[in-house]
Amino acid sequence: MTNAPPSVAALRAQFADAVTRHLVSCGDTVVYVERDRAHDVLAWLKDAPGQQFDYLTDVTAVEYRDPERPVEVVWQLRSLGRKADLRLKVELDKGGPLEVRSVYDLWRGADWLEREVYDMFGITFVGHPDLRRILMWETYAEGFPLRKDFPLRGHFSRAEQTRQALAANPEAHYSMEELSIAEAYDELPADMRERLARGERGFLK
Amino acid sequence: MGLSDPATGFGGGDGTTVSPVSPNWVTTRLDFLTNWARSNSLWPMPFGTACCAIEFMATAASRFDLARFGMERMSFSPRQADVLICAGRLPFKLAPVIRRIWDQMPQPKWSISMGACASSGGIFDNYSMVQGIDTIIPVDVYVPGCPPRPEGLIYGIRLLQKKIMGESITDDMLRDEKLVGPSGLFLPADRVDELSEPFGNSVHQTRST
Repeated sequence: MTNAPPSVAALRAQFADAVTRHLVSCGDTVVYVERDRAHDVLAWLKDAPGQQFDYLTDVTAVEYRDPERPVEVVWQLRSLGRKADLRLKVELDKGGPLEVRSVYDLWRGADWLEREVYDMFGITFVGHPDLRRILMWETYAEGFPLRKDFPLRGHFSRAEQTRQALAANPEAHYSMEELSIAEAYDELPADMRERLARGERGFLK
Repeated sequence: MGLSDPATGFGGGDGTTVSPVSPNWVTTRLDFLTNWARSNSLWPMPFGTACCAIEFMATAASRFDLARFGMERMSFSPRQADVLICAGRLPFKLAPVIRRIWDQMPQPKWSISMGACASSGGIFDNYSMVQGIDTIIPVDVYVPGCPPRPEGLIYGIRLLQKKIMGESITDDMLRDEKLVGPSGLFLPADRVDELSEPFGNSVHQTRST
């Protein structure tokens, strides 16, 4: 690895066993790491002098048409100070559990990004404080739409999809915490309290 | 206007259905007055979800000036609205929202489905999109286009005004609330499936099935 990009060389020196391979694609450096070491690697990349990838641009996942290929979880990192980018990938075997450690404790911005990946791909981010669907409604029962085994129009008939959609409670899409009126809850009129508490999320305080 | 038999609702033996309350001079004059007033003071409830809403705003702005047709006031509260204009695609997540807005609107009320997505799902023949808002609420006028030009929307509104001018206060069916029934739908399930059938090029899009 004589001509490896600087971050890759440093990563291989620091985590010799965790980095499985790397490649440069269209000028972007892509590093594949072991699933169980990904969080350590990301924590090191965020804080280590000379790395300082302080901005998490995106968390996403890729499933390929080839059913043999594993699902990839992708972290796109950016160092605002050094003006450098790095892409980290973890391969998850489809036979095993689709699980990876959350990086919410490193970058708070990972909150909704990880929820979106969970919503669309069904990948569990262990340690995420509030892992629930974000784009589809929380009672959505058809599966994970961006998986390759998911039909374009969904599993259910249009009538069943319409029935389930109409049965949804629009208020249930929002938690009291997101609306930032949790403190005012006790001062709301009794009927409004009752109506909000009926949301499918159920609990309030 | 022939004589009708109030017992059967049929008149003249020609099989024409006639309302049990036969229109007469008073009701037709009253109809004209009511319909004239209603059709020229339609207050729209704009339900804009996509690019059609941009064209809708252009329609309401000075160049096309929707106020010329008595739609001066956009009613952002469904309680004071007469016509629901769904401008844009409707995802399933918004289906209960538009249904609730429609239920909150007082009679008399009408609805316009603006654009290809609202009318049929358009290019979005996928898991997340309602295939035509007529599976959620009753629709009076469909405006085609992607998105329709302001002239197209105005033509749809003129058609709705024409439709209102043909209504009668003796016809109770017009003011019938079509609520969501015990089945969870306001149409029979097979009707929803039929309305949502893929058409055109979209039949080739089921790669995964």
